[in-house]
Amino acid sequence: MEDFYKEYILDHYRNPRNFGHLERVDASAEDLNPLCGDKIKFELEIEDGRVKDVRFSGKGCAISQASASMLTEEIKGQKLEDVARLPISKVLENIGIGISPTRMKCATLGLKVLKSAALGEIAGWPDEDVTGTTASRP
Amino acid sequence: MIAVDERAERIAHDFPILARRTSRGKRLAFLDSAASSQKPRAVLDALVNFYERDYANIHRGVYELAERATNAFEGAREKVAGFINAEPAEIVWTRNTTEAINLVSFSWGMQNLRPGDAILTSQLEHHSNLVPWQLLAAKTGAELRFIEVDEFGIHRLDDLDRKLEGVKLVAVSHVSNSLGTILPLAEIVPRAHAAGAVVLVDAAQSVPHMEVDVRALDVDFLAASGHKMCGPTGIGFLYGKRALLEAMPPFLTGGDMIKSVGYEQTTFNEIPWKFEAGTSNIADAVALGAAVDYLQEIGMGWIRDHERSLTAYALERLRELEPRGLAVYGPPAGTERGGIISFNFGDIHAHDLASLLDVEGVAVRAGHHCTMPLMEKMGWPATARASFYLYNTEEDVEQLISALHKAAQIFKLA
Ligand SMILES: Cc1ncc(COP(=O)(O)O)c(C=O)c1O
Repeated sequence: MEDFYKEYILDHYRNPRNFGHLERVDASAEDLNPLCGDKIKFELEIEDGRVKDVRFSGKGCAISQASASMLTEEIKGQKLEDVARLPISKVLENIGIGISPTRMKCATLGLKVLKSAALGEIAGWPDEDVTGTTASRP
Repeated sequence: MIAVDERAERIAHDFPILARRTSRGKRLAFLDSAASSQKPRAVLDALVNFYERDYANIHRGVYELAERATNAFEGAREKVAGFINAEPAEIVWTRNTTEAINLVSFSWGMQNLRPGDAILTSQLEHHSNLVPWQLLAAKTGAELRFIEVDEFGIHRLDDLDRKLEGVKLVAVSHVSNSLGTILPLAEIVPRAHAAGAVVLVDAAQSVPHMEVDVRALDVDFLAASGHKMCGPTGIGFLYGKRALLEAMPPFLTGGDMIKSVGYEQTTFNEIPWKFEAGTSNIADAVALGAAVDYLQEIGMGWIRDHERSLTAYALERLRELEPRGLAVYGPPAGTERGGIISFNFGDIHAHDLASLLDVEGVAVRAGHHCTMPLMEKMGWPATARASFYLYNTEEDVEQLISALHKAAQIFKLA
């Protein structure tokens, strides 16, 4: 149990990075995880097809909040297309602890929201499931 | 207390799953019986024995097996009826509490509610005793009203008579699954009847845990789930007063619920079969009968006393964690409550808490417990919930407390 919640997860949970709101919002999305009531919103400022700045807001468990917080640190400067293609393995790698199937939704909520914010800004994105959220259990 | 606990320890041996270790090798402290209870060997045996020795489809068969199966199935109905002091004809098998409530909503509700009528429920309800009424109100033009609860989750009854004006149906839970609040039915039912309302009780959290006598309480409908009372999943029941059930139209239609069928017209069967269309969940009903036998052998009075003292003990032990930020919700200590304790701990989200406790072999639920409006009203994003049953012991409480101390350590609570 000692390494179950790593120090850096608690750090991101209690001191979330890029938490709050942007002055200029070019794209945003929000969603909630009905299982635990976790809620996350992402706001993006976009310049030349890249993420210039990002903020997230919401509340929830350490896993969902830390996972969103870590994502915000990584995507600044990235192309929207690349953000929309971020794999689930990325957040699992960030979290670095084993995630049980029931907690998977917590871990991936931020990613799902971030991707829909990015996707909304990409015209003509192919109709594929890049959010990786189909067929998940309720 | 000690004698009570010794008995509970012996009872725990009747439940094979409780002897199993978790994948991390921990003793299992199962504190989620409010969601669903574990099953004693007697119920598991009854299920297998029925399939091995007595199984066939019921009612229409003339051969010996069909007769034995029918007797076992109807015998289980008699047991459930006796358990809550009803007549067998007043017990309709359903899948669970939810289906029983929906049956009343679709059948009685559509027949009896008109625009201008009102349905009165409470702010504490499980979604299954709220959503059907929202839909019924929308379909019939009836108004949906709420008995309010205070910050402890206790019903405010001072304005009940005013709220009851124009109410045709009062639909309330006997024991709250989120907070353990016990509704004083003896006080509410007469007032509801005086106002001309019919009373439906969601007894999902009371029938498994205390003596419930539908005649003494004088309730009109009562719904419960077998899986929360040591029985299998997929079987529950609706109790309805004979005269009400007889006057109601069928809910689902098809085979078994008919007396005679012509190409144009059908005569429906008598109650309770009028409400049991299609092949029933025969074996699970039989096993629920065995669960009722098991509970009665132990005694509902003993079960209630045991849960009461275990809950008091847990509340007392949880107090030692208050300085570290533990907050217990629901009726204040000393008030009657069911064996359910909702809590939060410092800034640890309930889901993280449940994961940390799980590592220590402690199974608690975390989330909104299917009472989202209540959580919203109280301003809790989620709570952790420990709930007790006849097989829980002080050792389970100790395990919970020590796991909470570990969680505090990991989250570095003061
Ligand atoms: C108070 C209450 N009502 C209704 C239900 C629904 O029971 P079921 O899911 O068995 O229909 C529950 C179960 O969680 C409950 O606790």
